[in-house]
Amino acid sequence: MVEVKDVSKVYGKTRVVSNVSVDIKPGKVTSFIGANGAGKSTLLSMVSRLISRDEGEILLDGQEIQSYKPNALAKELSILKQSNQINIRISVRDLVGFGRFPYSQGTLTKEDEHQVDQAIQYMELEELENRYIDELSGGQLQRAYIAMIIAQDTEYVLLDEPLNNLDMKHSVQIMKALRKMVEELGKTVVIVIHDINFASCYSDHIVALKNGEIVREGSTEEMITTEVLRDVYDMEIPVQLIDGKRICIYF
Amino acid sequence: MKVLYLLILLGALSILSLFLGVSDLSILDIGELTEHQLDILFISRIPRLLSVLIAGMSMGVIGFIMQQLTRNKFVSPTTAGTMDSAKLGVLVALIFFPSAGMLLKMSIAFLFALAGTFVFMQLLKRIKFKDTIFIPLVGLMFGSIVGSITTFMAYKFDLIQSVGSWLQGDFSMILKGRYELLYFSIPALLLAYLFANRFTIAGMGEDFAKNLGLNYQQVVNIGLIIAAFVSSVVILTVGMLPFLGLIIPNIVSIYQGDNLKKNLLHTALLGALFVLVCDILGRIIIFPYEVSIGLMVGVLGSGIFLYLLIRRGRYA
Repeated sequence: MVEVKDVSKVYGKTRVVSNVSVDIKPGKVTSFIGANGAGKSTLLSMVSRLISRDEGEILLDGQEIQSYKPNALAKELSILKQSNQINIRISVRDLVGFGRFPYSQGTLTKEDEHQVDQAIQYMELEELENRYIDELSGGQLQRAYIAMIIAQDTEYVLLDEPLNNLDMKHSVQIMKALRKMVEELGKTVVIVIHDINFASCYSDHIVALKNGEIVREGSTEEMITTEVLRDVYDMEIPVQLIDGKRICIYF
Repeated sequence: MKVLYLLILLGALSILSLFLGVSDLSILDIGELTEHQLDILFISRIPRLLSVLIAGMSMGVIGFIMQQLTRNKFVSPTTAGTMDSAKLGVLVALIFFPSAGMLLKMSIAFLFALAGTFVFMQLLKRIKFKDTIFIPLVGLMFGSIVGSITTFMAYKFDLIQSVGSWLQGDFSMILKGRYELLYFSIPALLLAYLFANRFTIAGMGEDFAKNLGLNYQQVVNIGLIIAAFVSSVVILTVGMLPFLGLIIPNIVSIYQGDNLKKNLLHTALLGALFVLVCDILGRIIIFPYEVSIGLMVGVLGSGIFLYLLIRRGRYA
């Protein structure tokens, strides 16, 4: 389990994240939702030790994440940031292979190659594996990154806006893959997501942030209601049950 | 496969290079060389060939490393102030330790090259506008500033001629006993091979590297140290070889991407081949005189560089 305790991040005088405490339960998809600037990405970046925090502690299986060796932590928890601007030409297979770096330190063993093969199959990238990543479309590239994370084989997988710039088809494909990772591979997935209908349909648990603080958190049924969403977004959002799914009509 | 072709071509041209020159030395005489001919071979021709090969390899490889670490295809020792800083270091050594041996000179040049490269990296961090072409321009400007300090000091201490000899690369001065420092760059290149994967991962960005448990800053520092060290060794023995660190990695990258571990051998071989071709052409064009390698590499290199720029424009 990842326990976030009283964590804050301050830029100048602004508290971007303020005394946030949240538990991330294993084997579930947890979504962070909230308006722009609510502190979702900052919180995710702190949990994944990409940025430092100013207060509080974050424990992974009872141990402070800062006290993990970088390499050991890279086997437990992975993060995919949206701003992965590519200016290096490597093949999809090489990229997925880098996911094995925490284990192999660069020289892939047979076991590593096997894991890479599996990850590529899992994300249905077999036909693209020898293509350079700078020749891929947005959806293909996102799949390649997720394949890398699968090869990294961490229990916790954190993704910052994985659907950014993707069309509906690819968004659904990515979310289904994440869901499958939780159900078939037993991973724990945490995502920052803007589209609340994707959050509603694919997550088990939702954490809503506003102005750097947690407004509400709970199961998807508890969270996707007009009343809760009013608190989170300051908007009147009718929610309808369609085919057993809670769909927000926010237009 | 391509490695094989490169090796064959390199081997053939190396042999040609050994038997090319004013003094009469023909491949047909091999086996019955006079003492004079043996001297020419071992004192002049072989050292020259070796230094051409090592310098070419070195500049290509460190260019690749610098391009990955700065995430910019147009950064190289010439366009990041590394070479100019090393030159300033050589001058400082000449002024303050006029009787210093090569090792001390190299150490001082290395420290300056390292400091210069780190200043460039700090500049990069502070620049908000990270346009691909803008970054090497900043590097060139920074290099020019360092270069003008060098020129100023050289005038002041009446050393402009000594500095001039480092301005342009020149293999004609290479003789046995004057190039062995270059061997130092070989262990540095081996170290680069060990770190190749890490450099590529660091080139994917700081967040990407951290996610994989890599100590990003440490890897960048090691890369810059290798680049500065090799640059200062090359500048002290051969002189400036402009554009080399820029074009060789770009050519390799076009053909087989940026995975440094897979590319390192190609880059080294192509770098050596390019310098060797330039050297041979330089010795033929105005035979029995020769065009200095700095000029040859500069002319051919800038032509290829222009082509790369235009080609890039077409794709971007």
